Amino acid sequence: MKWITAIIKPFTLDDVRQALTEVGISGMTVTEVKGFGRQHGHTELYRGAEYVVDFLPKLKVEIAVADEQLEHAIEAITGAARTGKIGDGKIFVSELEQAIRIRTQEVDVDAL
Amino acid sequence: MRFESLGVRGKALGAIALMTIGALATPAFAQGTPTPVLNAGDTAWMLTATMLVLLMTIPGLALFYGGMVRAKNLLSVLMQCFAITALVTVLWLVYGYSVAFSTQGMQVHVTNLHSIIGGFDRIMLAGLKPDTLYQTVPEAVFVMFQLTFAIITPALIIGAFAERMKFSALLWFSGLWLTIVYLPMAHMVWSGPGSLLGDLGVLDFAGGTVVHINAGIAGLVACLVIGKRRGYPHTPMPPHNLGYTVVGASLLWLGWFGFNAGSAVAANGSAGMAMLVTQIATAAAALGWLAAEWLMHGRPSVLGIVSGAVAGLVAVTPAAGTAGPGGALVLGAAAGVLCFFTATRLKHKLGYDDSLDVFGVHAVAGILGGILTGPLAAPVLGGFGTVTELGTQLWIQTKGVMFTIAWSAVLSYVILKLLDLTLGLRVDDEQEQVGLDLSLHEEKAYNLS
Repeated sequence: MKWITAIIKPFTLDDVRQALTEVGISGMTVTEVKGFGRQHGHTELYRGAEYVVDFLPKLKVEIAVADEQLEHAIEAITGAARTGKIGDGKIFVSELEQAIRIRTQEVDVDAL
Repeated sequence: MRFESLGVRGKALGAIALMTIGALATPAFAQGTPTPVLNAGDTAWMLTATMLVLLMTIPGLALFYGGMVRAKNLLSVLMQCFAITALVTVLWLVYGYSVAFSTQGMQVHVTNLHSIIGGFDRIMLAGLKPDTLYQTVPEAVFVMFQLTFAIITPALIIGAFAERMKFSALLWFSGLWLTIVYLPMAHMVWSGPGSLLGDLGVLDFAGGTVVHINAGIAGLVACLVIGKRRGYPHTPMPPHNLGYTVVGASLLWLGWFGFNAGSAVAANGSAGMAMLVTQIATAAAALGWLAAEWLMHGRPSVLGIVSGAVAGLVAVTPAAGTAGPGGALVLGAAAGVLCFFTATRLKHKLGYDDSLDVFGVHAVAGILGGILTGPLAAPVLGGFGTVTELGTQLWIQTKGVMFTIAWSAVLSYVILKLLDLTLGLRVDDEQEQVGLDLSLHEEKAYNLS
């Protein structure tokens, strides 16, 4: 199993969710986060006081998938979250050792 | 315009004397001792104007300021405006009106103690009955109208020390400042013949000196005494909700018609003209700030256009009864541009933390308007006053402005220092970090999650 963490632009969430559903991903966790990468922040000016906003709002989407779903999931996310402009985000993939569904105590792929 | 009251109060001589220096007087009041008669039209307008001026403080000023602070301090600002409204009302009834407007012991061109403060004969509004008149309106309405001015003036000051003053210190400061600074100032300008600045011939239709310069200077002194906010100017402190600020500024604009046109204390041509010139100056100042900002910063900002509008409202306040439309246009545009520079450049250059620009907008526009009211009252410059000697009136106005600056600066400093040494003005660092809403009021403005 793999653990996918995708940092995306907030307004792409609906498209990302739909694309993931279409390839059979049945659950996700979304968190509002702030950060910066190559896309630097912006400046704001209030009565002459200039503030540089370094951290921009993004969404962190986390999903657990079976190994064979990984490629589909990555394609779905990149397809839906890509605008071609700087700041589209990143996808991180790591190994996932265990998964347990609390209600039924099913484990691993059955629990996803 | 309150100069007219003198005739009614049986001092016609003073009315004539003052008319010669340009007060807009109604001839009827200048002759003999007419018996005042209630006018229903005037009364209806003054009832309305009073409500408009109250609207300026709650919620107008409260929202204007509240939007500019950080989310953790919104309630503290609203609370301060609301509490000042209640506190000043009680003090006004007990002694405020008497100290500001009692004419006991006053004689035209005689300078005595009562040229500076009123007597105590109207304590607890003594002598006020339903049929007591002030000019052509019930005195009860005049008491209320003037009360709304006494409320907004200390409320204006809170912008200078926003986000860091103790609530207890705020209450003490507002009460003491009203008593020691505002009441005598109102008396010296508006109480009629024998009043210090009234006798001098200072034109102040709706409160440029008494309200705006007075509050603006007190704000500057207050932010210097209390010190900067923690982290200022390196920590970003952007306004948390400029939508509130725009709503607040719009309510101020609307309410200001009560403030300026209401200062005619009548539903007459003077009130109508005051309304018109107020609108013109405000629009010109909004555009003035906008243009200056667009040229200097490359972007026209929302906070800029509404700040400019407030600067225009302040500047036209003393001139509203005497300036013509052209004069208002020039005055407003000048106020918008000048205040842009004081609020955005001067403040950062000098490094004081006048958080919401009480000095940069109210004092600066107040001083500009206070001085220019003189020449703009002259018919030769399109004004409707009786000013013919432009230079002379300019000098009289400047003396009035300088007196107000000195009066407010010295007395505000004494009050603030006294409170700082006894009660302490400032919250501690942790409270300031957490925000005043939670640390002083145990409430949060936003519980969104």
